[in-house]
Parts: sequence; structure tokens; C-alpha cells
Amino acid sequence: MLINALLLALREIRRNLLRSFLTVLGIVIGVAAVITMVTLGNGATQMVSDQISSLGSNLLVLRPGQRMGPGRDTAGSPNFKKSDLEAIRTQVNGLEVVAPVAGSSATLVAGNNNWSATINGTTNDYLFAGNWKIGAGREFQDDEERAGKAVCIIGATVRRELFGSRNPLGDEIRVKTFSCQVVGLLAAKGQGAMGMDQDDIVLMPLATVQRRLTGNPDVPTALISLKDNAEPAAVMAQIRSLLRERRKLAENEADNFTVMDTKQIAETLSGTIRTMTGLLGAVAAVSLLVGGIGIMNIMLVSVTERTREIGIRLAIGALEHEVLLQFLIEAVVLSAFGGLVGMVLAFVACFGLSSLLGMPFLFNPGINLLAFGFSAAIGVIFGFVPARRAAQLDPIVALRHE
Amino acid sequence: MNAPAASDALIELRGITKTYGQGPAAFQALRGIDLSIAAGEFVAVMGPSGSGKSTVMNIVGCLDTPTTGEYLFRGIHVEKLQRNQRALLRRHSLGFVFQGFNLLARTSAQENVELPLLYRGEEAAARHAAARAALAQVGLAGWESHTPAELSGGQQQRVAIARAIVTRPLVLLADEPTGNLDSRRGHEIMDLLVQLNREQGITVVMVTHEADMAAYASRCVHFVDGLVDIDESRAQRPAGVSRQEGPTC
Repeated sequence: MLINALLLALREIRRNLLRSFLTVLGIVIGVAAVITMVTLGNGATQMVSDQISSLGSNLLVLRPGQRMGPGRDTAGSPNFKKSDLEAIRTQVNGLEVVAPVAGSSATLVAGNNNWSATINGTTNDYLFAGNWKIGAGREFQDDEERAGKAVCIIGATVRRELFGSRNPLGDEIRVKTFSCQVVGLLAAKGQGAMGMDQDDIVLMPLATVQRRLTGNPDVPTALISLKDNAEPAAVMAQIRSLLRERRKLAENEADNFTVMDTKQIAETLSGTIRTMTGLLGAVAAVSLLVGGIGIMNIMLVSVTERTREIGIRLAIGALEHEVLLQFLIEAVVLSAFGGLVGMVLAFVACFGLSSLLGMPFLFNPGINLLAFGFSAAIGVIFGFVPARRAAQLDPIVALRHE
Repeated sequence: MNAPAASDALIELRGITKTYGQGPAAFQALRGIDLSIAAGEFVAVMGPSGSGKSTVMNIVGCLDTPTTGEYLFRGIHVEKLQRNQRALLRRHSLGFVFQGFNLLARTSAQENVELPLLYRGEEAAARHAAARAALAQVGLAGWESHTPAELSGGQQQRVAIARAIVTRPLVLLADEPTGNLDSRRGHEIMDLLVQLNREQGITVVMVTHEADMAAYASRCVHFVDGLVDIDESRAQRPAGVSRQEGPTC
């Protein structure tokens, strides 16, 4: 009898093909949206962790304040002094390099071209910590670092925007009020975490940036590279107690700085992306619900429209639950079909968007199954009221219905 | 003649009343009907509109229940049955033909005729064969794949009759089967009903307000104001003779 009801439902759907398709469009979009959001979110998370772990597991990042991202408490969290970093370098065991980073955004001009980029004031240690290779030219020289000379090493993107394919070595770039000479070119790294361009970077000696751009002798960030055999947790604990002592924090005071290893950064970023994925998925789920209401609406219309047909079925001996089942199965078949189409659509969309955004495409069977099951459940839930209404019709009244 | 309640009657109504509505707005459509129909009869139910003939048909067809009184179908008290039990009775023992044909739109004649078999859970092969046979019986061999919209009124009513007889019912209930047809098609349908009645022994109960259609019946029951006014049996006229100026009730 279940097979009969299924046949009846399929026949009815086939008879109203266009309307059936329009009815399930809501479910199709809902399912496709949920799956796409979650799949892309997973891909983004994966990409971020991949990229951060590609930096190496032996990298620590030192920042003032307790939180990453916007809303960071800066008032009670002063930047680091040069002597702080010097103390870390000399007093903590197991460190390879400590690279200070003082960033500043500025517009760069070369010839007729200009380009906005982040300028990182740092030392040659930055190249080691960030795993950068010099593609052409050279590193900073000691006297350049010490004296804060106007020299810079540029990334591949900056070079392309300012110089095209021309060799920039030895050329001048104008930054605000001064000109600086390009002495080196970084080997391209490609897109980084969260889609940002890693090659859109300009390095200058720390002293140059401090003196000419920020006007501030402190250092907001430091990259600390560990020796291969060093234990990150132990090193972090050492750095923490050293800084607490140097910053004269009392026992009951919280840290006003953060030391994170790359794993933690990956986790923090992944957590953020996961939250976003959840939010977007929830919004998409609402559209799934709206799709369900669409199905209920059409099923109610269908019951009214087919009142006479229901009357005929009842008159020739259809039982109440058979009519109920027919309409319920019709709703479930509709919504499950919509779910299937949505899954296919999501697969195509995820595949296309992943390659477009340069993210890994992670097919997630769990979310596909969940979305499909949810769409079928929506058929049951939103199909029940119309189906019961159909089943409880009085055959005499139904037959007289025009 | 008022036939006494025979115990071997196929259909037996005893003191049936039917009241619609309640209180001062109540309307008594049937005011005590006693009627007994034996297997193999061809009964025409006549009467002016509002006389209760359709109400009686609905009750006989197990679509409706009487307010008071007893309805025995093959000895079963239909008035005591639940909705689904009455549906099963309709499924297995009754066939319906309506004035407005009531075929499923955009559905082939074949599928329309198969519908009752679908609910009886018959195998696909048996369904197809039985539906084809029933369509052939009503003279529509070769029209299986046509939808109602592609058929004339007379042909649609034949499909409806095929649908009603495909389950080999004991009783065929026809509610103004010729009401939507011109006179010639009407007589063709009546000939078909007479043929089914004679050759297959299907009991036919038909509501009509046309005297020349009622003339095909072997018995004519006339309703007035919710009561049986005249109930007369007579020699059934031979099938195939149309437009006979015969006695009507």
C-alpha cells in the first residue's frame, strides 16, 4: 500500500510538473544554502589551519592585550620596549630569533603608479621567522638597520603594482615624505589565510619605520622563532614570567600581553570562522523553514483544488489514512526531491566557489545527510495539516465541490 | 406496491429519516423510508428536487448515515459502521456513476478505471488487464490512453461506468447518469446499464428525473417530500430500444 501511495504521489507530481518544481524551489535553495555555507566554512577553516601550520609549528607571536581581533583592550596594554625584546632574546632559552614588527599603512608611489600597502618595520630576523626567501637583491645590512636608512624589501604584489615586470632593484619608492630604495625582492608566497595576499608587503628596517612613519620607539608585535628541540609550552611560560616581571604585574593582575603559538592562532581564527559558518548556516536554515511553509501553502491549495478528486477517491473506497498517506507522501516526495536537487546544486556551487576562492573543497557527508533528512522532515511536518484536511473531507461535500 | 421487508433483500431500508441542521433551521429530508431492493433489480429513483432522492442515494451508497432507522446491506447494519468500514463496503461492493462523470482530469481512461483496483491492492498486471476488459465492455477498446478532455461526454460517462464495474460490484449506483448528456448519448448509456444489469446481474439503483430514462428500469420508486410516493415494478423493456413512449411513474 505504501508503494501504491508512492506511485500516486509520483503520478500527481508528474501531472503538475512546473508547479511541483516551483513549490520545491524554496527547499532547493534552503538545502543548497545550508550545505554551501557549511562546506565553504569548513574549507575556509581548513585553509586557515593549513596556512598557519605552513608557517611552522615553532613560531610564537607576542602581542599586547589579551584578545586578538577588534575590541582589543589597548589602554592597559602598552606596546613592548626594545629592551623587553632584547631581554627575551638573551634570557629565554631555546629561541632562534626574535623579530620585532612595527606596522604602518601608507601609500607608495613609484613613477606614475601608486599602491597602498602595509609597511612592516622589522629586522632580517623577520625573514627567518616568517619563512621568507629573498627572490632577488639582498637582505638589510647591519648599518641600514642600525641607522634606520631608507631602504626596503618588497613583496611580489607590490612590485607588480608599482613596477610591472620591470626590475625594481635600485629604484626609489616614495613613501609619504621620504624616498626609499628597493634593495630586495621577496619570493612570492601566494594567497594567505582568509584570502589575504601575503605578497602585498613592504619591509623596512625597524628604526626607519619608527622614526619616519609611526614616530614611536615601541614595538607592537614580535615574531619569535623557536629552536627545533624547544618545547613551546615551556618557552611560552618563560617569556610570560619574564614579561610579567618586567612589566611589574602584581600576582592578582592578569597578563596585559599575549604569547600564542601558531596552533593557538589557527584555533582562534578557526573558531571565528566556525562561528561565522554557524551564523550563515542558521540564516540558510531559516530559508529552509520558509521553503517548508511554501510546501504547506501549495499542499493546502492543492487539497482545495483537488477536493473533487478526493471526493472521488473516498467514494470509490479510499480509506482515511490512505488519502492522508497519499498527500503526506506527496509532500515528502516533493521536499525530499527538493533536498536532493539542493544537494546537487550545493555540490556544484561549493566546487565552483572553492576553486574560485582558492580554498580546499571538503565534501561533508554529515551536513548533506542532515540537510536532506531535514528537508524530508519538513515534508512530513508541513504536509501533515493539508493531508489531514484532505483525509477528513466529507465525500458528499467533496463530490459536490466545484 | 410496497414490498415487505424480505430477509433475502440485498438492500433494506427500515424507517430511515435524515435531518440536516439543528433547531429551528432543521430540515427533514427523509421522513421514514422503507425500501427493499433485491439482487438483480434495476431501480429508478425519481422525484422532484428536494424530495430526498439524492439523500437516499447517499445513504444507500454508504456515503452518508441516516439520522434514525436501519440500513441493512446484505444483512450488515450499515448505520452502525464507522467511516472507514463504510469505505471498505464501498470499495468491495459498490460502484458509483455520477452526473458530472467525476473522472480524474489529465489522467488516462486506463488509469481512471484502474483507480479502484489500486485501492484494492491488485497487482499491476491484473489491474491493466481488468481495466482494459472493463473499457472494452463499455465499448471503449482502443481509447485507453485518452484523457477525459479528449473524450466526448458520452465516452466520459462510459469510462466512469467502466470504473464502477471494474471491481465487479454487487450494486451500481448511478446519480443522474444521463443528466449531462444529450438524449441520444443518454439512451446509449441506459442501454449499457440495462445490459450490465441483465448480463452480469449487477443491481442498478439510478436517480433520474427524466421519465424516458426511468422507463429502462424494472422498478420505479417515486419520492415526494421525503417519503416514498409510488413504488411500482413492471416488465423491463428490451435494451436497444430508444425513445419508447411507455408508462412512466
